[in-house]
Amino acid sequence: MPEISRRRVLGMSAGTFAGLAVAATAAVNATAAKAAPSERQGSQGSGLEAFDEVYQGRRIQGAPTRGAGSHGGHGGGHGSGHGGGHGGQAHDFGYAVHLDGDELHIMRNADGTWISVVNHYETFATPRQLARAAVTELHGADLVPLVLTSA
Amino acid sequence: MTVRKNQSALTRTEKRRFVDALLELKRSGRYDEFVTTHNGFIMSDTDQGERVGHRSPSFLPWHRRFLIDFERQLQEVDPEVALPYWDWTVDRTPSASLWADDFLGGSGRPGDGKVMSGRFAEASGAWEINIRVDQRPYLRRALGTGARQLPTRAEVDAVLAMPVYDASPWNSASTSFRNHLEGWRGANLHNRVHVWVGGQMTTGVSPNDPVFWLHHAFVDKLWADWQARHPDSGYLPTTRTRNVVSLHDTMRPWNDVTPADMLDHTPYYTFDA
Repeated sequence: MPEISRRRVLGMSAGTFAGLAVAATAAVNATAAKAAPSERQGSQGSGLEAFDEVYQGRRIQGAPTRGAGSHGGHGGGHGSGHGGGHGGQAHDFGYAVHLDGDELHIMRNADGTWISVVNHYETFATPRQLARAAVTELHGADLVPLVLTSA
Repeated sequence: MTVRKNQSALTRTEKRRFVDALLELKRSGRYDEFVTTHNGFIMSDTDQGERVGHRSPSFLPWHRRFLIDFERQLQEVDPEVALPYWDWTVDRTPSASLWADDFLGGSGRPGDGKVMSGRFAEASGAWEINIRVDQRPYLRRALGTGARQLPTRAEVDAVLAMPVYDASPWNSASTSFRNHLEGWRGANLHNRVHVWVGGQMTTGVSPNDPVFWLHHAFVDKLWADWQARHPDSGYLPTTRTRNVVSLHDTMRPWNDVTPADMLDHTPYYTFDA
């Protein structure tokens, strides 16, 4: 029962498991990236600064990703009418947020504001505000890395 | 024929049968399949990429079909049940009968937000949150604490007055009836209600709270109300548009239904008013 990051699982919107190999590779990359956040400070991407702080007892970190803000995981060619989900492709909005080491799924809106999986209907101006809102919402609970249990 | 009624008009028996059917779907595992599907779409629908369930023109027909599927599942349990709708412009406080223990139960307790009474409370043992984004396995709410207030009738009417269904760039930045109803622009209707309820309703796994269905049944009714006010306005876009479901494209996950198929709700259900 492979554990993969939330954003990878949830990219598989219609339950397809194509792309698991891609997800595994990405998980390795994410781990490597997490181990050396300082290397990525100031990298191109969202144009946003990295942050690393303890907020209400939780460590929140944010940093630009190597994806440079493109939708790297969301290759084109999807006609609206065809089925099968996204094949496990995730979205890279040029920035990643972690909460006590777990990745928080985030998304950037067209106007530059942000939402996360725990505040999905309310926009925030910056990833740091988004991370702080998630801490408040979680009230001490840990994020659940989704486990694939069924198709 | 299925008639969707205002939740405030339901009899005690209708409420009980609706809740019974929800609990049976939950017990059988079918309920959580809907939570999983919704979460998958909300996480993958993006403003710059392919988008189907949210932040796109098909937000309304996608949820219409999603609710029809869910209502059919309820009716397999009890053929007399229909989805009620929650007019949050009228029943706008935590003391509304919607939140009484004989129906959906009330707000969560301060702090962890755990719903403590009613049939969806953790103590009932019948409503475990399995599809979740954090460790907490119990239903949570924080009625009225996350958003300043529920939308007013005047705010709804202003959105219903918008004559154009949707517009480029066909996402959360659009100036259109669809996007103002969804709430990414303007007064903020649909999104704000999710935030007002709080708990799982603010997350990608929002259908974990049964009020999800009553909220979306009202959003769906507002689409029908808009159609009645603007008989010369239709779903847009009507021609193939990158990453967006146009009028005659099929929608995932069903792949056999188009927005055009969903424009008329009356083959499936009618409203009480």
